[in-house]
Amino acid sequence: MIPEIGHFALILALCIALFQAVIPLAGASLGIQRWVAAAIPATLVQLLFLSLAYASLTWAFINNDFSVLYVARNSNSELPLIYQVSGVWGGHEGSLLLWALVLSLWSGAVALFSPNVPRVMRARVLGVLGLVSCGFLLFIIITSNPFERLIPAAAEGSDLNPLLQDIGMAIHPPMLYIGYVGFSVAFAFSIAALISGQVDSAWARWARPWTNIAWLFLTLGIALGSWWAYYELGWGGWWFWDPVENASFMPWLVGIALMHSLAITEKRGTFKAWTALLAIFAFSLSLLGTFLVRSGVLTSVHAFATDPARGIFILAFLAVVVGGSLVLYAWRAPLLRSAAQTRLLSRDGALLLNNIFLAVATTAILLGTLYPIAIDAMGGKISVGPPYFNLMFLVLTAPLGILIGIGMLIRWKGDDIKRLRGKMQLPAIAVLVVAFLISLALPQWIWSAYLGIVMALWIAVTAAIALFERFRNRKPMSALRSIPSGFYGMLLGHIGIAVFIIGITLTSLYNHEKDLRMAPGDSYSVAGYKFTFHGVQQFRVDNYVATRGEFSVSNESGDFQTSLYPEKRIYQVQKMPMTEAAIDAGFTRDLFIALGEPLGNKGAWAIRIYYKPFIRWIWLGAIIMALGGLFAAGDRRYKRHTTAVAVSAGMEKTG
Amino acid sequence: MIRFAAPLGFFLLLVALLGYGLSLDPKKVPSPLIDKSAPDFSLPMLDAPSRKLAPGDLLGQVWVLNVWASWCISCRAEHAIITQLARENLVTIIGLNYKDQPQDAVNWLQQFGNPYTTSLIDLDGRVGIDWGVYGVPETFIIGADGNIRYKHIGPVTQDSLDNKLLPVIRALLG
Repeated sequence: MIPEIGHFALILALCIALFQAVIPLAGASLGIQRWVAAAIPATLVQLLFLSLAYASLTWAFINNDFSVLYVARNSNSELPLIYQVSGVWGGHEGSLLLWALVLSLWSGAVALFSPNVPRVMRARVLGVLGLVSCGFLLFIIITSNPFERLIPAAAEGSDLNPLLQDIGMAIHPPMLYIGYVGFSVAFAFSIAALISGQVDSAWARWARPWTNIAWLFLTLGIALGSWWAYYELGWGGWWFWDPVENASFMPWLVGIALMHSLAITEKRGTFKAWTALLAIFAFSLSLLGTFLVRSGVLTSVHAFATDPARGIFILAFLAVVVGGSLVLYAWRAPLLRSAAQTRLLSRDGALLLNNIFLAVATTAILLGTLYPIAIDAMGGKISVGPPYFNLMFLVLTAPLGILIGIGMLIRWKGDDIKRLRGKMQLPAIAVLVVAFLISLALPQWIWSAYLGIVMALWIAVTAAIALFERFRNRKPMSALRSIPSGFYGMLLGHIGIAVFIIGITLTSLYNHEKDLRMAPGDSYSVAGYKFTFHGVQQFRVDNYVATRGEFSVSNESGDFQTSLYPEKRIYQVQKMPMTEAAIDAGFTRDLFIALGEPLGNKGAWAIRIYYKPFIRWIWLGAIIMALGGLFAAGDRRYKRHTTAVAVSAGMEKTG
Repeated sequence: MIRFAAPLGFFLLLVALLGYGLSLDPKKVPSPLIDKSAPDFSLPMLDAPSRKLAPGDLLGQVWVLNVWASWCISCRAEHAIITQLARENLVTIIGLNYKDQPQDAVNWLQQFGNPYTTSLIDLDGRVGIDWGVYGVPETFIIGADGNIRYKHIGPVTQDSLDNKLLPVIRALLG
């Protein structure tokens, strides 16, 4: 009964989404106030029904209702409660339902928390979000109904994919979806602005906090996915340039470009068309990501989620949403005139360069990701691997690192080359020297390590100078109070990048990895650590059987440091073997042991041991960046100006 | 105007590419071994480990090599189809028991039934490497001249048996 209520709620949500799309948009164009006013209640009612549908599916999981096909496929009565709850998004149908729910949550947030956006503009934004919602709900109801019954009911469910039975994987998809889907708000603002012809500072100010929040969730989602791949897949890597990873990385990069471009549009009233286009791109790439994950056009570690038949629908949807937006853009963008000229030697110019580099980097990743399809279409087979991406990315982002530093010190509108040179000369030399000394202290001189450290130090030092300038000639307390939180957000975002650069540079250049054959009693030393193997034991846990190896780790002088217990698990329902690596995490290094196959019958095992310096900094950097996004979004500037903006924007012509 | 329509143009190209991509199968990887002579091996039989079999012994007849393992879930899925092929009595079906414990393999055959003329023990998977096996199950059709004529990746389904494997076998049998 409950699943039928869920199904019914889903259909009602679609009807209301249709209403939410058509009535406010029509009302805004025709100038009918009552239709415009319908936007907010429609959005909230849609959210209510989608929550009901989602709760029904969760109920079916928790109560082991195996008469629901989706539950029977993705759950099991022995599954721990937390994975029954997260199992709701463990498969195709449920993860789409989550997508739709997240979209509805964002729409609800826009309806409730944007009082300073004029009513007509808000109605248009909610209308566009309603249109997107219609597409997704149609998709779910037509091709991927999570409430489909299985009659007669299965006696037992076939269990959640063991790869997904993990806390990191339980929260990775919702985070990522909140980020992905969050760009729909910037997208809707862009479409609404193109319809009304109003792309200006006020508009940019409305769109900025939403973009920041979406981006910060996307950052956390990607970082969680990378962390999960690191400890769960047992390969010790943290990024694989897998098509699906790329699919989340592209909107992330465009999101950065968008945040900066919005800053220019707000401050200087320029780059209007470009900003509107970036907002469309960010969401389009999110949709493309969904298409790549769900359709199976590319092979990927995420291949458990594919179904080609559904690909057609998503592609058609993608074509309508993105194609429609770009038609609108081609028609309306020529009307957007910039208020001022842009000089290259100014912060506007630096941000423009940043946008160009980010756009080119995104294009390079898009090409690398889709190239195999293009070659396949011409009858060949190829896969584009990490060497291409690493090289492209390094070449395109190294200048960005330098640019970040310059961007923080240069002035808006126009700057003087002499002033800039005077300001940067000393810090630049200091950075080069200090980085040199640090690199000398590393186990071995590597030029790219030096380059990475220079980059990170440069960003950190310029951030410090930028902060210092804000305090100069002012009392610390009053400066502290007057500095907007957006400025701290900017600093944190950039420092996060610096930390991240240190992480990837040192991890990729100085890691040790070794595949060994170890019998009980054997030991192996690497980077000042000695690993001793003490054999394996069998355990029976919840829904799996584990073979657990025991290792002790000691330092050079033989002092005991820690014990590590890598596991191989066999999940009983799907008979699927899984590797659980044992990791001793540390601020400056991780020790990582994965259990391979048993070798011979004397208790020997294939063992993989890694020493990964500074790998935590990669995720630490991501967390700092996300924190930066939070600070930027919380700027009080977004809450003030309410009345002035409302008056000026209220005078916009409708239609 | 054209400047602003350029993104649309690129996007349409992208959609065309993705649409075409949907009709392709990324898992289909052409084997370089097609129409080449079958890689040689000499492996013990599962049911009689003291006896060995080599591709040369089968020269002159059309035969099928099906790579399987007791730990492979998809092999269970295709088992009924392989059995069906065996009942047709068209060709010799040799199993290549890939990276498996012989006792597990024997139990598996007892439990599900044995469609194979015989199965060969590829304990360390070396023969599998020679044959370019990258996932179990895989199925090869070898002609009377000892050349590999067809390779199927993944479990054989009713559809692929009727529309791909059987036509190839019938054509080879003349």
